[in-house]
Amino acid sequence: MSFLFNNFVELTVTGLVLGAVYGLVALGYTLVYGVLQLINFAHSEVWMFGSFAAVWVTVALGVAPGSALPVVIGVLLLALLAAMTVSGGVALLLERVAYRRLIRLDAPKLVALISAIGASFALAEIMGLRDRVAGWIGLRDTLDPYVRSARDNTRFQNPLETEGLFTVGGYTVSNVDVIIIVSAVLMMVALDQFIRRTRTGRGIRAVAQDSEAAALMGVNRNRIIRATFLVGGIMAGAAALLYLMRFGVTRWNAGFLLGVKAFTAAVLGGIGNVRGALLGGFVLGLAENYGSALIGSEWRDVVAFLLLVVILLFRPTGLLGESLGRARA
Amino acid sequence: MRFSVKTGAPLLALALALSACGTSGGDDEEASGGGGEAGTCEDVAIGYFGALTGSAANLGINIRNGVKLAVDEFNEENADCQVSLEEYDSAGDPNQATGLATQAIGDDSVIGVVGPAFSGESDTAGPIFAEGGLPTISASATNPDLSENGWDTFHRVLGNDASQGPAAATYIADVLQSEKVFVVDDASAYGAGLAEIVEESAGDAVVGTDTIQTGQTDFSATVTSIRSSGADSVFFGGYYAEAGLLVQQMRGAGVEATFVVADGVKDPGFIEAAGDAAEGTIITCPCLPPEESQDFYSAFEEAFGAAPATYSAEAYDAANVFLAGILEGNTDRESLLEWVNDFSGEGITKTITFDENGEPENISVWAYKVENGEIVADQEIETN
Repeated sequence: MSFLFNNFVELTVTGLVLGAVYGLVALGYTLVYGVLQLINFAHSEVWMFGSFAAVWVTVALGVAPGSALPVVIGVLLLALLAAMTVSGGVALLLERVAYRRLIRLDAPKLVALISAIGASFALAEIMGLRDRVAGWIGLRDTLDPYVRSARDNTRFQNPLETEGLFTVGGYTVSNVDVIIIVSAVLMMVALDQFIRRTRTGRGIRAVAQDSEAAALMGVNRNRIIRATFLVGGIMAGAAALLYLMRFGVTRWNAGFLLGVKAFTAAVLGGIGNVRGALLGGFVLGLAENYGSALIGSEWRDVVAFLLLVVILLFRPTGLLGESLGRARA
Repeated sequence: MRFSVKTGAPLLALALALSACGTSGGDDEEASGGGGEAGTCEDVAIGYFGALTGSAANLGINIRNGVKLAVDEFNEENADCQVSLEEYDSAGDPNQATGLATQAIGDDSVIGVVGPAFSGESDTAGPIFAEGGLPTISASATNPDLSENGWDTFHRVLGNDASQGPAAATYIADVLQSEKVFVVDDASAYGAGLAEIVEESAGDAVVGTDTIQTGQTDFSATVTSIRSSGADSVFFGGYYAEAGLLVQQMRGAGVEATFVVADGVKDPGFIEAAGDAAEGTIITCPCLPPEESQDFYSAFEEAFGAAPATYSAEAYDAANVFLAGILEGNTDRESLLEWVNDFSGEGITKTITFDENGEPENISVWAYKVENGEIVADQEIETN
């Protein structure tokens, strides 16, 4: 117990950093659920592809740590752009291949769920077998820096060196910590405004409330669904870069655990609720850290999921509970 | 649901693969001692048993190549006694191992088997070999329990996990002169077992412990405990995937303590994941560095176009124990088993003799160090 209090600031900051990543990924689950009432279990793979896109950009540019600041910022922005593009693209592809026909035929939700799980397997395995894929097209040697040790951890060479900014309660908060938490909150606010204020955002809310009525009012439902997947994918791409800046490593099956946690964060905050996703992420990240500190790291998931159960027992719709459709304009 | 297959199976295979480790050597004398009354050795084969396909195939191929080199050299030297090599590809899967072991028993020409390569398949195939009276020598299975089953056919040429823990603790106390040790494990049979042994051996010097989960990527709470304990060395019992992440996050948080790990981390994947943070990491392994046996090293390189890797030299030694016996006229299972039990001779990795359980009587544990992105030999650790 005294350990928790002595290191409270450190545990809080690192918990918030992890929570920010959970929250951004959780947005993808929440948005799709809000609009279609189905859980896009392949969203974790959307994130994973984004993380590889960011890694590959830094490999291609080969920037050593300690470069001049404008170079560092440029590389990070390029990596961000690549991650967002790839994640957004994979999300659109998922919508097209795994969902669109099922939605049009009004297939049972369970069918779409299985389709998503299948897509998730396929995407993860393709990434895990990327060296073979490169071999088929005869580019195994050319692409070696991108595809080697396909089933092991792949490192992200962060061009930004971690530096301490200021010390609070015995913990030196680093520039990376600040960047991650601040950008997660900023992106959250931007997305919230997007949903509340733009035409597409209004469409998303309308389809979430009642898709048939929305269609009668002239909302193009398919376009809105695509936009929803795209926005979720872009957020996952941003989460991928932030994750890499903190943890430095990704792998073909890294999406799985993160996906489960992000989905948990979405449910915790109230699935279908955009603000709830980030709140749920923060709460989950903090719970995991405090739980680990109190009883030991092997208990972190026990603590986190017990918390989920308890919160849902008292607030079955999650912390903020409100659905996407009922968000006020 | 899906993680049971998706994450679980590869991790299991990895776990099996990694209860093993690095390259070896010794000195140049082969275990195949002197010529004998040769006799005809028509229709005599030794087997290789282990993965040649599947996720841990690389490890199995390293071992198979060691065996193949020994057999090829033997056949070249003894024109009148040609021994063939039978390969049993288990894909590292304990379930496939039982069928293959039965198949090996059924083939009367096979009188000795190098393998099974991994501890899991050794566990399921062991009773079948014992019943068939087919002697086995494993070059890589390190689970301590394997020799406790009363299988009189079981042998191995390397120290089990129980020898590595005390060696790591000795290194931490004597070489690093560490007074505050923090012990982390990954709750696997391999990692937790090792960590427990290190904890016992280090005694009062242990300032804290923590257990992480395989597949975990965020170790901030563990790093916080390490930092606040003021430890000057950290022992991690587990595999390279988590080790790479853990050491990277430790260094990122400014923890300077020496990172000490065991053979499950002796893989380029560790350095790939940890990058510069891996520098200075100490890795223990019951295997000799390859440069200790130049002749084996160059013969292997010539034969396979690659340097000997994890346990190739141990496999070479194991095969040579059988081949020496065959040359002495032990061309059936019963007499070859007796030969192996009584064997004593110089291998390239160590002097090979087996105790009544089939454990090697001479064990060497080496410390390796990560320097400039390479795993290089540091020194042999004095045990006992």
